[in-house]
Amino acid sequence: MTHQNQTPFSLYIHIPFCASICGYCDFNTYTAQQLGGGVSQESFHKLLIRELELASRTLDAPLVSTVFIGGGTPTLIGSDSLTQILRGIENYFPMSPDVEITTEANPDSVDQQMLTDLREGGFNRISFGMQSAAPAVLATLQRTHTAGASKQAALWAREAGFEHVNLDLIYGTPGETDSDVRDSVNVCIDAGVDHVAAYSLIVEPGTAMARAVNQGVLPPPDDDECADRHNIIDTMLHSAGFNWYEVSNWAKPGGQSSHNQAYWTSANWWGAGPGAHSHVDGRRWVNHKHPATYAKALENGDALHVDTEELTPEQIHVEKVMLALRTRAGLPVVELDPQELERAREFALQGVIDPGEFAHGLVRVTDSERLLADRVIRELLG
Amino acid sequence: MSSPRPGSTDPALVRNFCIIAHIDHGKSTLADRMLQHTGLVDARSMRAQYLDRMDIERERGITIKSQAVRLPYQAPDGTEYILNLIDTPGHVDFTYEVSRSLAACEGAVLLVDAAQGIEAQTLANLYLAMENDMEIIPVLNKIDLPAAQPEKYAAELAHIIGCDPADVLKVSAKTGVGVSELLERIIEKVPPPKGDASAPARALIFDSVYDTYRGVVTYVRVVDGRIGTRDKIEMMSLGTTHELLEVGVISPEPIPSEGLGVGEVGYLITGVKDVRQSRVGDTVTTALRGATESLGGYRDPLPMVFSGLYPLDGSDYPELRDALDKLKLNDAALTYEPETSLALGFGFRCGFLGLLHLEIVRERLEREFNLELISTAPNVVYRVITDAGKEITVTNPSEFPNTKLSKIFEPVVRATVLLPSEFVGAVMELCQQRRGVLLGMDYLSEDRVELRYTLPLAEIVFDFFDQLKSRTRGYASLDYEPTGEQEADLVKVDILLHGEAVDAFSAVVHRDKSQAYGVLIVQKLKELIPRQQYEVPIQAAIGARIITRETVRAVRKDVLAKCYGGDISRKRKLLEKQKEGKKRMKMVGSVEVPQEAFIAVLSTSDSSPKK
Repeated sequence: MTHQNQTPFSLYIHIPFCASICGYCDFNTYTAQQLGGGVSQESFHKLLIRELELASRTLDAPLVSTVFIGGGTPTLIGSDSLTQILRGIENYFPMSPDVEITTEANPDSVDQQMLTDLREGGFNRISFGMQSAAPAVLATLQRTHTAGASKQAALWAREAGFEHVNLDLIYGTPGETDSDVRDSVNVCIDAGVDHVAAYSLIVEPGTAMARAVNQGVLPPPDDDECADRHNIIDTMLHSAGFNWYEVSNWAKPGGQSSHNQAYWTSANWWGAGPGAHSHVDGRRWVNHKHPATYAKALENGDALHVDTEELTPEQIHVEKVMLALRTRAGLPVVELDPQELERAREFALQGVIDPGEFAHGLVRVTDSERLLADRVIRELLG
Repeated sequence: MSSPRPGSTDPALVRNFCIIAHIDHGKSTLADRMLQHTGLVDARSMRAQYLDRMDIERERGITIKSQAVRLPYQAPDGTEYILNLIDTPGHVDFTYEVSRSLAACEGAVLLVDAAQGIEAQTLANLYLAMENDMEIIPVLNKIDLPAAQPEKYAAELAHIIGCDPADVLKVSAKTGVGVSELLERIIEKVPPPKGDASAPARALIFDSVYDTYRGVVTYVRVVDGRIGTRDKIEMMSLGTTHELLEVGVISPEPIPSEGLGVGEVGYLITGVKDVRQSRVGDTVTTALRGATESLGGYRDPLPMVFSGLYPLDGSDYPELRDALDKLKLNDAALTYEPETSLALGFGFRCGFLGLLHLEIVRERLEREFNLELISTAPNVVYRVITDAGKEITVTNPSEFPNTKLSKIFEPVVRATVLLPSEFVGAVMELCQQRRGVLLGMDYLSEDRVELRYTLPLAEIVFDFFDQLKSRTRGYASLDYEPTGEQEADLVKVDILLHGEAVDAFSAVVHRDKSQAYGVLIVQKLKELIPRQQYEVPIQAAIGARIITRETVRAVRKDVLAKCYGGDISRKRKLLEKQKEGKKRMKMVGSVEVPQEAFIAVLSTSDSSPKK
């Protein structure tokens, strides 16, 4: 490699395995039993490394600024395989000196040794799917870990030297109370993490939970309740030193995830693994979804992607507006066309976007309108 | 060919008859079979239901516009007769057109399904024919059906028309059984037309159809004199004269002739382009030495039911206007004038003969002209006298005055319901709820009852028929005819969104039912109006008085939880879709109302709670 491409670049690696499937989850993930004999979890990382090699040959030596291994449950394939993937990346791509390297993990799929191994292997950020501190909520979500496991895992991760630890929360689960939400946030604060992501529960079509809701076994999440809980979470995290930087993401100073921000600033990224999405220079594509199909295509040297989208300038603009307005960083006014600018001016007068920031060339949805960001986006785009 | 030629047929050899039947009782099939039996149409070129020409007619199995066909028929004794079969529309909305068709005949075949018995509309048309002293030939059809009960229904028919059950013919139009006996019976029973061949010409218009290529085709029955190709004709009610371009008979395709004589049935073409120039019920005479006295019985078609028709997409307004102009050419009863609704934009207030007429027009607009329409709930005409003594005719509920009124009149109908006796209680309850006054009740047979009520027409247009069907498991049939008006304590209920009245939702209802109506509509809207940026009060009001209120709470959360990797293009596609969806929203003041809400509230079919 004779030169280095300075455009920020990210890698997403998908591990499509879980020990069991949670009722609300519609991610592309499979239990060993669901996969049958077709795919080996033990050697799956080798397939991923092979795709990364292909990627490096397609791309113009981009400098990797973030790596995110998600799933599924990445830790299910073991710290050794995860670390080998990292070595593969380093082998094929130039790495930024301050590269952020994250793996997701389930609280009950790690122990101290594994966390130490991951940290020593090069990972510097870890994200645990805690979801809730309330046993009843965890049961409804069909999570296998206990309430205490999340806090324990986060504490161990910090002991193992992870500077950045995230806990994921889900709120609005049927049966959840406001006080359950407070308990969950308190666990996050007590665990000393520097990042919390909190999502209102989405009942995704095709999931076991959607069936339960349709049959009337579970009530659907209530939007007003979710709005209240979002506010509870925001207030508590704020007083504990966290700031929101995207609708569902809070961080202590310095704790913001660079990988997340890459998505929201329409950066380039390559997604490796079954069903992984990529976005490079105005083109989006997605890989074969099923691990076995993916593996076969890779082994036969066939195309991995099943769906490619060449974005038009308008679509690129829509995405930019749609992503930026969800963030605290906002959108530079110069990105708007004259009509949008006119509407933005109106929004500033109404206090929907921050008038002070607008005067300084930035469109930022005010804190009070944050939960109505989609409406603002729709109306701004006209 | 030895059969008598049009224009020079001895009236003694002519038999003019029609078939009175309910939808589905097999009228068209029987007509087809007669066409075949007389040798007019061979089996090969027979297309099912030859006489029903419009698509909608064929699909619904009903006749909207009548036709007349000349059937040369050789009787077993060798005599060549001319049978003129005049097809009649089968629906209550078209009673006037039916009466004109009947007036063109001397006899009527009463055709009843042997598995179902007589229906209310058939009964109404039968009474009309009996009042005209027509010869009635009772026939039971579909005797080949396993469920047929010919003996039972023969007794019923005999009871109604006062004949011997043995005189009721039993036919299967499908297989052809009994059709030749029927033709013989027509020759034998239906009197030949009587008229004065030397008198000035007088012909009754019983139908008038617009044809794209030929202009208006006018169907007439000559009563006196003769109309020849070279005559100039006069429409007696209008006083207008026209050159004749063509005279002929339908047999079964149009065949031009030299003229039409006493008792003959045929068509006239003058080149006029609008059926209003050639009105059903009018008398045609010759311009030279014409008749001075018309045949009588003509009346202007009177719209009974009104509805606002609006294009879903406001830019289709000119297309809607053109489409109505075109339909009008073929439909003398359709009236319309432009109106503007705050909620629905530009449209037309249209007048119809009844609900079926409305439905047919709407369907033709959508199907033949590719228009997507919203129609407001059908309403009737109110005559309102203000305290100041001023009289106002209200055809649009939103224009119903809010000021103090001294008198309000609403149209009433005489309704006849035929039903199995087990449902009498349920139907009487329904009629009671709808402000009906019982006029009488008769047993047609052991288990079939005829109920007669006076009902406000407004109650009938508001889902009465659906209710009737659901309370009688579909076994009841309904007929009604306008009988005038009555004074009633009516109020206008307005529906307000965010304090603003939505004109399209205004309704005139009886005071006792205003509360229930308001609650019903307001609750329905609450379900259908999505939560908006602001809290939206939905209110029902009579004048300035709010009678009920609901609130659509302001939306508090409108943001996707997750937006990473693959979520991004999904989310963008969702935005694109929502943009499309936005086009289907109507802005009412500051409130976004989905089209579905309009359609659901304005459709009467399930606007009252089902029991």
